[in-house]
Amino acid sequence: MRPLTTIHSRTAVLPFENIDTDRIVPARFLTTTQRRGLGRALFHDWRYREDGSENPDFALNQPAAQGAEILVAGRNFGCGSSREHAPWALADYGIRAVLSSEIADIFRSNALKNGVLAVVLAEGEHRYLLDHPGVELAIDVAAGTIELPDGGRFTFELDAFARHCLIEGVDQLGFLLKHADAIAAFERACEAA
Amino acid sequence: MTTPRTLFEKIWDAHLVAPESAAAPALLYVDLQLLHEVTSPQAFDELRARGLKVRRPDRVVATLDHSTPTLPPAADGRRPYATAEAEAQVAALERNAREFGIELHGWGSPHRGIVHVIGPELGVTQPGMTIVCGDSHTSTHGAFGALAFGIGTTEVGHVLATQCLLQRKPKTLAIHVDGELGPGVGAKDLILHVIGRIGVNGGTGSVIEYRGGAIEALSMEERMTVCNMSIEAGARAGLIAPDDTTFAWLKGRERAPQGAAWEAAVERWRGLRSDEGAQYDAEIHVDANAIQPSITYGTHPGMVVELAARVPAAADAQERRALDYMQLEPGQALAGTPVDLVFVGSCTNSRLPDLREAASLLRGRRIAPGLRMLVVPGSEQVKLDAEREGLHEVFRAAGAEWREPGCSMCLGMNGDIGKPGQLIVSTSNRNFEGRQGPGVRTVLASPLVAAATALAGCIADPRGYLTSEAA
Repeated sequence: MRPLTTIHSRTAVLPFENIDTDRIVPARFLTTTQRRGLGRALFHDWRYREDGSENPDFALNQPAAQGAEILVAGRNFGCGSSREHAPWALADYGIRAVLSSEIADIFRSNALKNGVLAVVLAEGEHRYLLDHPGVELAIDVAAGTIELPDGGRFTFELDAFARHCLIEGVDQLGFLLKHADAIAAFERACEAA
Repeated sequence: MTTPRTLFEKIWDAHLVAPESAAAPALLYVDLQLLHEVTSPQAFDELRARGLKVRRPDRVVATLDHSTPTLPPAADGRRPYATAEAEAQVAALERNAREFGIELHGWGSPHRGIVHVIGPELGVTQPGMTIVCGDSHTSTHGAFGALAFGIGTTEVGHVLATQCLLQRKPKTLAIHVDGELGPGVGAKDLILHVIGRIGVNGGTGSVIEYRGGAIEALSMEERMTVCNMSIEAGARAGLIAPDDTTFAWLKGRERAPQGAAWEAAVERWRGLRSDEGAQYDAEIHVDANAIQPSITYGTHPGMVVELAARVPAAADAQERRALDYMQLEPGQALAGTPVDLVFVGSCTNSRLPDLREAASLLRGRRIAPGLRMLVVPGSEQVKLDAEREGLHEVFRAAGAEWREPGCSMCLGMNGDIGKPGQLIVSTSNRNFEGRQGPGVRTVLASPLVAAATALAGCIADPRGYLTSEAA
């Protein structure tokens, strides 16, 4: 995983609450056996009309949202299915951070393992970002801060291990494999019991 | 004296390879990993890329369920996959299982089926275990007093390679359900009622333990329906303490302990209960007597009302949007709303008692003209058992389609979807926008409500069809 230390970007805003992972990547795109290439499926049924043309009303299709790496979404983003295709699609599309007032557990875990910062903000700060699409933010992952253009600063909590893994690009499987002896000892103890 | 512990804490503590600290999550040992074709191929690729083996192939069981067609093969033996990519995905799991030495219940296995139906059916799902699968409805297995939860594909790879997961300890939420469910009211109504009450994020960060007389009175299949939808309240997992109902259901299953080992296991499993005085992070109480047949009317499972109710006023812009999508007006009666399609199936409601319930209403009757009804058994075993009882004949005679086992129209990955604008009454677990096909509107309901609706051609209360015997 590539280290993720800072993000400087405008925001794109999807103010809807409870955006589920079926919305993020509809099930018919899950037959892929690859991690890459899902950017085209991201928010597919919102992004495109039935005839396949882009839906100009959808927030991510508007000129101001082009190139935005920070997605601000309504409460309880990523609920529903455990499909990791959701953060794969976000990352493939170019989103590197998702900010909300609540993020579903499995989605958050999956996002953080794919170099996508998924963090929760206080209600008032979240409200401000929902109301100001396109605002330029500077996110510092190590410091847990978000700088606004007017000099304002928001802070966010992030599990110490998840933060370490993001900023160092830590390979969590490699970390687990280092515990092989402890795992073997645990298995022996269980079998002896 | 030891501190009283919850059931969750007992299972958690027994599986700690290393406890959590401020700097690192706990290393949690996984007793059983279940796999299906959708969320596993990238995990096997990761193992291959690193030259790793599966650490404990004996602790992995795989099946084919999501991308599989529910229509039988053609005369030439070819299965009617929706796309070549779907077929390739199934072939990838067949290849991976062979290469890594994993037990696969694929085509031709009498145990193929929805992963959350076959685990219990085989008896590989057992009390006190930790169970994971790259599938959010893994919470189903909590019905047996196992700590079972959905994970992403990266974590599927972690467990394949190390049999462990990095996890922060979740919070606990006790949901006490006392009283008795009335006639025509079932486990699906109960869990929809609970989600309506606590909301789709009411369980976020928590493991739910369902307790109380109304839970103890449920059959294992009903307990699975309840635990299955824990994720729909945002919870990591749902748990029910194992009891004699659990043991009687598991006894004699192919992979359950046998003989003296069975007696020893039951003795151990009896200790899997929350201790008197154990503390939960939160507790709520629900009165089963107050629960009515319930259905969803919006675009998430928390938008639930009693079937006899009218569509509530939209509380905010989000709910207005949901009502617009559903083409429903506040104040409109839900009963009587015309329906295009009825789906009985999914890991929530595709087991034998679910099919029996639906069939009990359809026997000797015909579904409404113009309405389509799909009945999809949860596994090859459920299909066989149902056919032995003649349930398939009941469904066919009523005008319904009797299909091959799989996830089918719950998420429509295999091409079993509705048409834009159609209204589907579904015994599945998610009524998200577009879940059952682009533009499709979904109403979640019990198998009884689904069957009554199929007969009436519009959303209907099953109690109008129940004979005194069935009630």
